[in-house]
Amino acid sequence: MNEISLHIIDIVQNSISAGAKNVKVRLSEDSMKDFVLLEVEDDGVGIDEETLHMVEDPFFTTKTGKHVGLGIPLLKHTSETTEGTFKIVSKMGKGTKIKGTFKRSHIDLPPLGNLENTILTLIFATEGINLKFIYEKNGKIFRIETGKIKSMLGNVKFSNPEVIKFLKEYIKEKLKNMEVKNEA
Amino acid sequence: MKLEDLRKIREKAEKEMQLREGKGRIRIVIGMGTSGIAAGARETLKAFLDEIEKRALTDVIIAQTGEKGLASSEPVVIIEEVNKPKIVYGNVTSEVAKRIVAEHIVNGVIVSDHVIQIEE
Repeated sequence: MNEISLHIIDIVQNSISAGAKNVKVRLSEDSMKDFVLLEVEDDGVGIDEETLHMVEDPFFTTKTGKHVGLGIPLLKHTSETTEGTFKIVSKMGKGTKIKGTFKRSHIDLPPLGNLENTILTLIFATEGINLKFIYEKNGKIFRIETGKIKSMLGNVKFSNPEVIKFLKEYIKEKLKNMEVKNEA
Repeated sequence: MKLEDLRKIREKAEKEMQLREGKGRIRIVIGMGTSGIAAGARETLKAFLDEIEKRALTDVIIAQTGEKGLASSEPVVIIEEVNKPKIVYGNVTSEVAKRIVAEHIVNGVIVSDHVIQIEE
């Protein structure tokens, strides 16, 4: 994956495959502390201990009912090559929590990538799931929750053209606000 | 901008739905497995969203699926229409996505050079 953003979509996809109803994504950037943190927590079926060990091996996949694949080892690899840490905790029937940190200034850290399209993709790719996305950057926070959007829309679909237009502009504006000053 | 503004869109859309039974005529299903994402599925999805918005298509629903076992043809997109076979498209870049909307979804003509499977 050549963007941190793509890792996020991939890991969330694992949560969906694991039957999660609630997925929480937290992406945190801090230029002073020089780190990037990515946390994905779900309430899916979970991964058993044996599988958990094997998950970290890129050549492992459960194939049938595939709950984990290449996504996790790829993220782990990115963490490890950027002097970060990687942790996965999972309980059968409870869910899975994945936490990866990266050194922000590390030369091998892929760019965050197109976060705007990533958030949009996550919203549209998590139909029927409550996705909570939290993005923190140098003390500023942007939160978006699909359950909240859904409650406001009722029977109107996310793919309604006006909803698409709104969400695109909304995310763009909020992310732009995250970039304003603060660094001085 | 406030998320609450979505309520206004809802009111308007609900009125339109009453007028012409706003059910999804077509489902666009995008393969979002690891290989799909790596091959550009995010941009593909974005292209579909842009086209739906631009053409104001109200009878289209976007959905996702995991790996389809068609990794070499990613990004993969399936077009599902009531009473019609499912059309599986491969190598759907943003450009191809735009063609699928214009040719298949709007005009009902299959983009044959990108079809990789037809599921009855």
